[in-house]
Amino acid sequence: MSIELKNVTKYYGDYPAVFDVSFTVNEGELIALLGPSGSGKTTVLRLIAGLEVPDAGEIYIRGKKVNNVPVQQRNIGFVFQSYALFKSMTVFENIAFGLKIKKWRRSEIESRVKELLSLLDLERLEERYPHQLSGGQRQRVAIARALAPKPNVLLLDEPFGAVDAKIRQELREWLVHLHSDLNVTTIFVTHDQEEAMEVANRIAIFSKGRLEQIGSPREVYEKPANEFVARFIGVMNGLELEVRDGVARLGELEFPNHGQSDGQKIRIGFRPYAVQVSSDITRYRYRAILRHTYFLGVMLRLELELPSGITIKARMSKEEYTLLGLEDGKEVSFQIRQYRVLSKEGNELPAEVAVVYDVPFTGGEGI
Amino acid sequence: MGGVITTHQAKQRSAKRRLIEGSPVMKWLLIAISVIFLGTFLLLPLVNVFAQALSKGIRAYFQSLTLPESVSSIKMTLIIVGISVPLNVIFGISAAWAITKFKFPGKTLLLTFIDLPFSISPVVVGLMYVLLYGLQGQLGQWLDGKDIQIIFNVPGMVLVTIFVTLPFVARELIPIMQSVGVEQEHAALTLGASGWQTFWHVTLPSVKWGLLYGVILCNARAMGEFGAVSVVSGHITGRTDTMPLMVEKFYNDFNSVAAFSLSSLLALLALITLIVKTWLEWREFRDKTETKKPIG
Repeated sequence: MSIELKNVTKYYGDYPAVFDVSFTVNEGELIALLGPSGSGKTTVLRLIAGLEVPDAGEIYIRGKKVNNVPVQQRNIGFVFQSYALFKSMTVFENIAFGLKIKKWRRSEIESRVKELLSLLDLERLEERYPHQLSGGQRQRVAIARALAPKPNVLLLDEPFGAVDAKIRQELREWLVHLHSDLNVTTIFVTHDQEEAMEVANRIAIFSKGRLEQIGSPREVYEKPANEFVARFIGVMNGLELEVRDGVARLGELEFPNHGQSDGQKIRIGFRPYAVQVSSDITRYRYRAILRHTYFLGVMLRLELELPSGITIKARMSKEEYTLLGLEDGKEVSFQIRQYRVLSKEGNELPAEVAVVYDVPFTGGEGI
Repeated sequence: MGGVITTHQAKQRSAKRRLIEGSPVMKWLLIAISVIFLGTFLLLPLVNVFAQALSKGIRAYFQSLTLPESVSSIKMTLIIVGISVPLNVIFGISAAWAITKFKFPGKTLLLTFIDLPFSISPVVVGLMYVLLYGLQGQLGQWLDGKDIQIIFNVPGMVLVTIFVTLPFVARELIPIMQSVGVEQEHAALTLGASGWQTFWHVTLPSVKWGLLYGVILCNARAMGEFGAVSVVSGHITGRTDTMPLMVEKFYNDFNSVAAFSLSSLLALLALITLIVKTWLEWREFRDKTETKKPIG
C-alpha cells in the first residue's frame, strides 16, 4: 500500500476544508481526486504532499506515518496547477534542481536529466527558459522536474486545467502512457468528471470536504453511493416526487411509492439513456414536446418538455433521430426504462450502501 | 489611380486620429508646456551645476574635489551609505517576505509603518533622534554613562539615514513578491530544498531586478539626504560632514567652485541612477512581454 489516509481533517478557520477523509492508494495506481471547486480535493493533495498539516487523522506513505515529516523529506513529486517553473532557470536547470539539492553527482544528474528529456519529449529544449515554452511543454517540464528525484508518489494539481481543449486531450492520453511506462503511484486533482473517468484507475469523489465515494470509473457510474455522486458523474435527471394515493407523483409522472406513505417525499434519478422516445405519440405512456436538440457528436441530447412544464433530458444516436424523423418542436411520447431511488424523506441513504432499483416497466404496469 | 487612393486613405487616417486625439493645436501646446517646464525647472539648473563647477577650469574642479574637507565628506557619505544600504536591504527583504508570504495580525499596520518615513519631514526625524539619543533623553544619558555617543557622531547619522530610506527596498519588493506568489517556493520545497536554499535559488533570482532598483533608489536617497543628517551631525568639519552638508558649508563660505564641484558629483550620481533605473525598467518590461510570447 502506497498511501493511506485515516480520518484526516483539516480546518481553515472554522471551515472544515477536509473532514474525516479515509482512503488508501495502492502502489502503482493512478487515482483521480474529483469534485467541484471548494470540495477539498486540492487540500487532500496538499496534505499528502506536506504543504498543509492535518488538524486530525493520520497520513501514511509506504507504511510510514508522515504527519510530522516535513515536505522536503516526504520524497513526493508535486506538479502545480500553474506549473511553478523556476523562471530564472533553463529547462535543464529546472529538471536538475531536485537532484542538485539531493547532492547527486554531476554525471548522474546529466544522465538523469537526459533520460527525462527524452521520456517527456523535450529534447533540444534544455537551454530554453520557461517563458520560451508553450503551455504543453511547460507542463511536461514541470512533470519531468517532479519525476527527476525518483519520488515515491507523483501528485498533480489540475494538470490539464491551464491548456486548451485540444492539447488537454493529448496530455490526458500522454499521462496514461507515462503512468503505464513508469508505474509510479500517481494522484491527480480534477474538477472534470470526463477527465477523471478517462484517465484514472479509480476515482475519489469529494463534496464539501467529505469523501463521497471511491471506486473504479465503472463503479461510480453504475453504482453511485449517493445522490451527489449520481448527479456529479455523468448526466442525471433528478426529480422530487410526493406520494399521493399510494403513488409517487410529479406533474403527470408516476412512480411506485417504495414504501413511502401519502404526503412523504421521494427523490428519483434516471440517466438520459434510460428515456425511450418515439415519434408515435400513442406508443409510450407520457407525451412531451421536443424543445431542443444538442449535437454532442455521435450522440444527441434531447430536451423534452412535458405539458406540466417539467423538462427531461434524453439521449439517442444520430441514426435513431433521423429514423424517427424528429425535429425541434415536434410532439413525441416517451417512457422511463430504468431509474433509481436517490433518497426518501425521513431516512437518508447511508453513504456506503448503494440502493439500485432497476425496474424495467412499460406503460402503466406496476404502478 | 493608386496614388489617389493612398492620399484618400491618408486623409481618412489623419481624420480618424483627430477624432481620437483631438485637435493638433492642443497636442503641440501640451508638448511645448512640458518641454519648457522640464527645461527651466530641471534641465537648466542641472546643466548650470556642471557649468559653475567647471567655470574656473577643469584643474580648479579637481583641486576643489581633492580638498581635505571634500575628501573626508565623500568618505563620510560612503561610510554611511555602506552601512545603511545593506541594513535596509536586509530589512526590506524581511519585511516584504513577512508581508507577502505570511498571514499575521497587524500586517496592515506594519505596511503603514513602512511608509511613515515618506510622510515625516527629515528635519523632524533628525530632531526625534536627538531627543531620544541626545543627553536630554534617558536613553542618551544611559548610553553616555557607557561612553557611547550616538548624536553628533557617525552612528546617529547612520540611524537617521536608515530611517529616511527605510521604505525604498520593501516598497519595491512587496508588489513583485505578491505577483510572483509562493508556488515556485513550494515547488522548491517539494524537491527537497531547505528554506535557505529556496530563498537563495528561487526567491532572490525572481526579485533581483526589483531589489536592484530598490537598492539604487535607496542609495541615491542615502547619499543625498540633508535635513535629518544635518540635525544629528553636529557639523564637525572633517569628521561628521557628508557631501550635502559640505556643499552647504562651501557655499556659505563663498567657495562656489568647491560647492558646485561637490554638487556635480551628487548630480552625476543622480544621472547614473536615472540611467540604471531606466535600463532596469526596460529589462523588466522586456522579461514581462517575452513571457507572453512563447516560442515554438
